[in-house]
Amino acid sequence: MWEYSDKVKDHFLNPRNVGKIDNPDGVGEVGSLACGDALKLFLKLDEAKERIVDAKFQTFGCASAIASSSALTEMIKGLTLDEAEKVTNEDIADFLGDLPKEKMHCSVMGREALEAAIANYRGVTLPMAEGEVVCECFGVTDLEIKRAIEESHLRTVEEVTNFTKAGGGCGKCEDRLQELIDEVRHADRPKPIPMSGPKRMTNIQKIKKIEDVLEREVRPTLKKDGGDIELIDVDGDFVIVSLRGACGSCAKSQTTLKEYVEKKLREQVLETLIVEESKA
Amino acid sequence: MIKSDDVIYMDNNATTMVAPEVVETMMPYFSELYGNPSSMHTFGGQVGKEVATARQRVAELLCADPSEIIFTSCGTESDSTAILSALQAQSDKRHIVTTRVEHPAVKNLCESLDSLTGHKHRVTQLHVESDGTIDLKRFEDSLQDDTAIVSVMWANNETGVIFPVEEMAEIAKSRGILFHTDAVQAVGKIPIDLSKATGIDFLSLSGHKLHAPKGVGVLYVRKGTPYAPFVIGGHQEHGRRGGTENVTSIIGLGKACELATRHIKKENTTVRALRDKLENGLLKTIPNAILNGHKTQRLPNTANISFEYVEGEAILLHMDRFNICASSGSACTSGSLEPSHVLRAMGVPFTAAHGSIRFSLSVYNNEDEIDFVLEKMPGIIANLREMSPFWHNR
Repeated sequence: MWEYSDKVKDHFLNPRNVGKIDNPDGVGEVGSLACGDALKLFLKLDEAKERIVDAKFQTFGCASAIASSSALTEMIKGLTLDEAEKVTNEDIADFLGDLPKEKMHCSVMGREALEAAIANYRGVTLPMAEGEVVCECFGVTDLEIKRAIEESHLRTVEEVTNFTKAGGGCGKCEDRLQELIDEVRHADRPKPIPMSGPKRMTNIQKIKKIEDVLEREVRPTLKKDGGDIELIDVDGDFVIVSLRGACGSCAKSQTTLKEYVEKKLREQVLETLIVEESKA
Repeated sequence: MIKSDDVIYMDNNATTMVAPEVVETMMPYFSELYGNPSSMHTFGGQVGKEVATARQRVAELLCADPSEIIFTSCGTESDSTAILSALQAQSDKRHIVTTRVEHPAVKNLCESLDSLTGHKHRVTQLHVESDGTIDLKRFEDSLQDDTAIVSVMWANNETGVIFPVEEMAEIAKSRGILFHTDAVQAVGKIPIDLSKATGIDFLSLSGHKLHAPKGVGVLYVRKGTPYAPFVIGGHQEHGRRGGTENVTSIIGLGKACELATRHIKKENTTVRALRDKLENGLLKTIPNAILNGHKTQRLPNTANISFEYVEGEAILLHMDRFNICASSGSACTSGSLEPSHVLRAMGVPFTAAHGSIRFSLSVYNNEDEIDFVLEKMPGIIANLREMSPFWHNR
């Protein structure tokens, strides 16, 4: 059973502003039956078309989806469109006194419905919908995911799933989600090994190829300078090696590793490999 | 009459109340007769005798021999033991047949075999029909020369659909293939006769599903079946399952099995009638309500009904206000973001899968409770549908 705050329970059991608005100024619709939750938000503006005078919703979903919808309508009534645009999913979660982390996507859905309704009033298309669909199970685009990573400071694929649902179905897009996290966070983590396509090789094949390149090309070159190299481990894309002999004490050993060893391995084995020196 | 603080418990496929007679039978073994059945002294030895009686009672419920009963800690342990034992005993066989609708205890185990055994295995997960049943021909075709074991549940926990495991086991036997059945949901609800179902080599059951406590289970292993223990330790259970016996719970399980033997008729008459009343009532009074699973080839206590265009967690939490306990196969209750793997395997459309509610009864339910649920459910569903955009646009 989820640990819902009293406020979530209250807004779920006694939802405010359920229903439709006749001749609304803006309507925002997000989610789908397949996804398990959906929200349709109706906005009515004042005569100057500046301020939201009424908001109503229809929601299909769990308790936190209904509570988030109810909270959203309460929060935006009386706001100008400019003010409403600044409402984030975190604001909705805060209003409800927090949501379980697995349910954060419900607050994200609220915010997206609000944006969709405002865009609908203004007659513009939301840029978010135009991104590349990353998660096919739940139809989430890269732009939506990137924004969630940025705004909610997400660090792991699991967090991205909690907030956007992306990756919560078949899980095929998890590698892509990690890439997006890396992209947003400017982390220079290696790209994961693609699970399909011509470059795919088993770990054993990879290790054998690495050994082969080291033996055939790298070692003879290093030996000329009185050095040597030993393969310690291969962990995903990380190739852990130990430099021996003259190389071990050479000030330029890092350059040798990156400029020479890594380059050779990338050319001949896998372009995503990263060579590191054993810390042991 | 239902009082406001009465709990209406209709989630017996999740767990059951420990029967008062079971509790009573167990009580002396906590602080009076607390001896270890392995001890040499009379004080411990007398407990050993009670464990033997419990074993006898379990065997009677299954029409098996007491020597074929191994006490474990739960249904999951029994499942793991059976499947891994079969693979260990036939290391040259690398194929397993199971279904897409197994309990995670079997499903996830079969998906993790490679890392557990260090060998590559091929797992065939049999498809089910839209009513949750299995096609015997398709099953037969799935068997291969190196099939080590077939593991098929006797009855499905979510829909209650009963599989023809006796026939399937017979087919497997004719091909020299071991057969395991996870009978956690079936034992105590439908008659099981292992003296006749001779193709079944392993059967798992769980105490807490039949009014015994949590933390005790049984693995039935037919005499002569190759076997390797999973929990390795002392000589308990004739060296087939190490670890000091969970004496009190085993004695409780023995009593629960005795009660189950007595109640099996009631399960199939009284409980079935209550279930039918509940099911027919809900389907009649609530529009767009759909029964999931075969109408008759089903456990007498289970009704899995989808209420289209509404979501299961929301339904359950509204039911919770009236102290009505049930389960849902919706995404939000499964701990993942997708609805139940069982309903998806059956091809239940999304309009229905997210709004599925499982009612599972026991001999402790009564007609007042059924009437109460029938009175409350239409309002709950109507209230949520009033809120659902899909209900208005259907």
